[in-house]
Amino acid sequence: MATFKDFRNNIKPNWCPGCGDFSVQAAIQKACAANGLEPDELAVITGIGCSGRLSGYIKSYGFHATHGRSLPVAQGVKMANDELTVIASGGDGDGFAIGMGHTVHALKRNIDITYIVMDNQVYGLTKGQTSPSSEKGFVTKSTPNGSIENAIQPIRTAMASGATFVAQSVSSDIKQLTAIIQEAMNHKGFSFVNVFSPCVTYNKVNTYDWFKENLTAVEDIEDYDHTDSKTAMNHIMEHEGLLKGIIYQDKEAKSYQEQIEGYLEKPTVKKEMTLERETFDELMTAFR
Amino acid sequence: MKEQLSWKVGGQQGEGIESTGEIFSTTLNRMGYHLYSYRHFSSRIKGGHTNNNVRISAKEVRAVSDNINILVAFDQQTIDLNAHELVNGGIIIADSKFNPSKDDDLDVQLVPIPFTETAKNLGSQLMKNMVAIGASARLMNLEIQPFRDMIYTMFIRKGEQIVENNNEALKQGYQLMDQEMTHIEGDFEMVPSGQEERLFLIGNDAISFGALNAGVRFMAAYPITPASEIMEYMIENLPKVGGTVIQTEDEISAVTMAIGSNYAGARSFTSSAGPGLSLMMESIGLSGMTETPLVIVDTMRGGPSTGLPTKQEQSDLMQMIYGTHGDIPKVVLAPSDVEDAFYATIEAFNIAEYYQVPVILLSDLQMSLGKQSSRPFDPSHVDINRGKTITEDMDRDEAEYFERYSNEEDGISNRPIPGVKGGIHHVTGVEHSPTGTPNESAENRQVQMDKRMRKLKDFTMDEPFKVNGNVESELLIISFLSVNGVVQEAAERLDADITTISLKQIHPFPIDALRPYLDGAGGILVIEQNYSAQLNSVLKMNYHGHDRIKSYVKYDGTPFKPNEIETHMSSILKIKEVL
Repeated sequence: MATFKDFRNNIKPNWCPGCGDFSVQAAIQKACAANGLEPDELAVITGIGCSGRLSGYIKSYGFHATHGRSLPVAQGVKMANDELTVIASGGDGDGFAIGMGHTVHALKRNIDITYIVMDNQVYGLTKGQTSPSSEKGFVTKSTPNGSIENAIQPIRTAMASGATFVAQSVSSDIKQLTAIIQEAMNHKGFSFVNVFSPCVTYNKVNTYDWFKENLTAVEDIEDYDHTDSKTAMNHIMEHEGLLKGIIYQDKEAKSYQEQIEGYLEKPTVKKEMTLERETFDELMTAFR
Repeated sequence: MKEQLSWKVGGQQGEGIESTGEIFSTTLNRMGYHLYSYRHFSSRIKGGHTNNNVRISAKEVRAVSDNINILVAFDQQTIDLNAHELVNGGIIIADSKFNPSKDDDLDVQLVPIPFTETAKNLGSQLMKNMVAIGASARLMNLEIQPFRDMIYTMFIRKGEQIVENNNEALKQGYQLMDQEMTHIEGDFEMVPSGQEERLFLIGNDAISFGALNAGVRFMAAYPITPASEIMEYMIENLPKVGGTVIQTEDEISAVTMAIGSNYAGARSFTSSAGPGLSLMMESIGLSGMTETPLVIVDTMRGGPSTGLPTKQEQSDLMQMIYGTHGDIPKVVLAPSDVEDAFYATIEAFNIAEYYQVPVILLSDLQMSLGKQSSRPFDPSHVDINRGKTITEDMDRDEAEYFERYSNEEDGISNRPIPGVKGGIHHVTGVEHSPTGTPNESAENRQVQMDKRMRKLKDFTMDEPFKVNGNVESELLIISFLSVNGVVQEAAERLDADITTISLKQIHPFPIDALRPYLDGAGGILVIEQNYSAQLNSVLKMNYHGHDRIKSYVKYDGTPFKPNEIETHMSSILKIKEVL
């Protein structure tokens, strides 16, 4: 059985020292090992940005796609081979700006993959511009007088989009993050995990300490029921999106693939490519 | 008796004009006639004039006709808009419900028949199309039984009564016309048909069926005219072979989902038109850079922007050849007709997977939506070639990544799909080393760029173009897609030494194979449907004899008619004589 070390390669990430993404990488590796996966059974699909480099730092099949498009590529991979465990990943710019359309639709479509966003509320790789999840008033190169737009609260957007699994954590809590990613991978359907992953270079506001002070764990909320969407949404709104833990899960929902009759009998890649003569004739007769 | 006739039915969109044409022409195809149809429609659901023009012939036809012989009108607008296309002595069969009238200057006959009234008396005015079909059948002196058979297959699901009512409507239409026959001048009787069995389908169907035969079991697409029929065909038929279609949120998602599926080893594709292709450009680059097979069908329509969404044009050519940033190896194909579209689609998937490149399969609106007769497809010509795709586990130490981008002589590296043991590697749109790790060194860049581009350096299809005529010719005409059928007919009408070429391999340009024909031609004429003569430009970029190359273009949204091309050709031939 593979250990988390088997999910490591010898490539040194190009992230800044202290970057939150290191812990996300480690948590994914640990969760994969804990879930009994082998590296060749995993495909990690990423977008563009600092976080997008993740696919190159985990030993597994990896596809580093274009900006904002990790989700459609990942969904295509899963539709082709249901036996693979598929993780899509990227940053807040990737998922909530250029790729937001895909995010909302992947949430509503419910294909059985896990989407992990490393949310640092700033554009790092392009050297410090505002992001969709930057707080109002946040000063960056592109918002010298402070952002005048409202911030997107990822878990609120996810709930509103019909998500069946919504979780949020912070990269400093690697133990909880690992447990959440394990649960997310076990969820039958689309699982969304937003991870606050501080940018130590361009975000001097939303720091590790800031999250320690401002995040509320759902375990600490009395009678919190993460299977009840109304409770989840109320608390998200009450805490302005600053919750951590498994926020919501619909265990009854069927994944996209499960709802297609016969689709899961065999992974698509293993299906016969040549048409039987009978099928050929029947289909051609329809053109007469 | 007539060797060929052109029949057109028109009315308001949404009142069954489409199905009238469909029932009439499908029956004629089953009777053994050759058909070629053209739909005029608008970008709206209901209302607005629509018509369906069917050319019926005892011999093969691959073009719309110069004019029409029979016009079936469900409203006055149909007469006002189309009667001028009738030949002298042509006939209008019109629903007497709207008191039809025609321009007195036109030398055509007007025969009012109570389509709606007859249908209403039989229980439903929906059957007015059957009355019109009966009347048309009588005029052309066609056997009635094949129409009855057609009605049976179409309506038996709805019950015997519906079949009977429709048969009665057909019969009464036939009889009503029969009473008029004594007043009708001229010959509208078709010669008997041959017995050969033929398909009757749109290009989009041929492409879709080709994709199924190529092993496609997953498709991702976004609706757009004139490509939607491909997605709809796949939605209906993929489940029969265990596959499925996702209708995505946009074209970027569609193409990247197809890339994901192809990367994971399941052949998949997407289809769209110009606007969708514009959105896919970055992803086409991703396919090229990551060497992930990809097939995109581009059914061209009138551009730019929303342009003429329901009209014929061939103006995406330059975008398809050049439209992505950076240099990638890419193939652009253009089937020569509907039959070829089936085989070309299978070939597109084989090329994409063998060379690990994006392949754009072009069509144009007229090829995509114009229903036409075709020889049946031959399953023994279906061949799936997956090239260097590795689907079986490998006995290999996985301490190091697999060299997915190893620098091979032919540029094509082995491609293990995710899940294969021993094949772990990384894939990225960033310039990368043989294992797929991002690598921006100057040396690696040059090696990898050369490797990718080498894959198609000497690429030529088995049949890069379809040629009719000799290497030496007085005039060589080059066209592509649906225009070729029109060129062919026009060329046959002229008593001149004309060679026609339907270019199938558009990119990389097959100059070596073409050169003998170009060198051997007195003059070269490129005929295409766009403003800026795009194919002509591509030819000139690859061939030096610019002074011998002439261009003829049309960009009004309607397909070429044979006489337009015939006139143009003969004027060119005359000029040459004078010189």
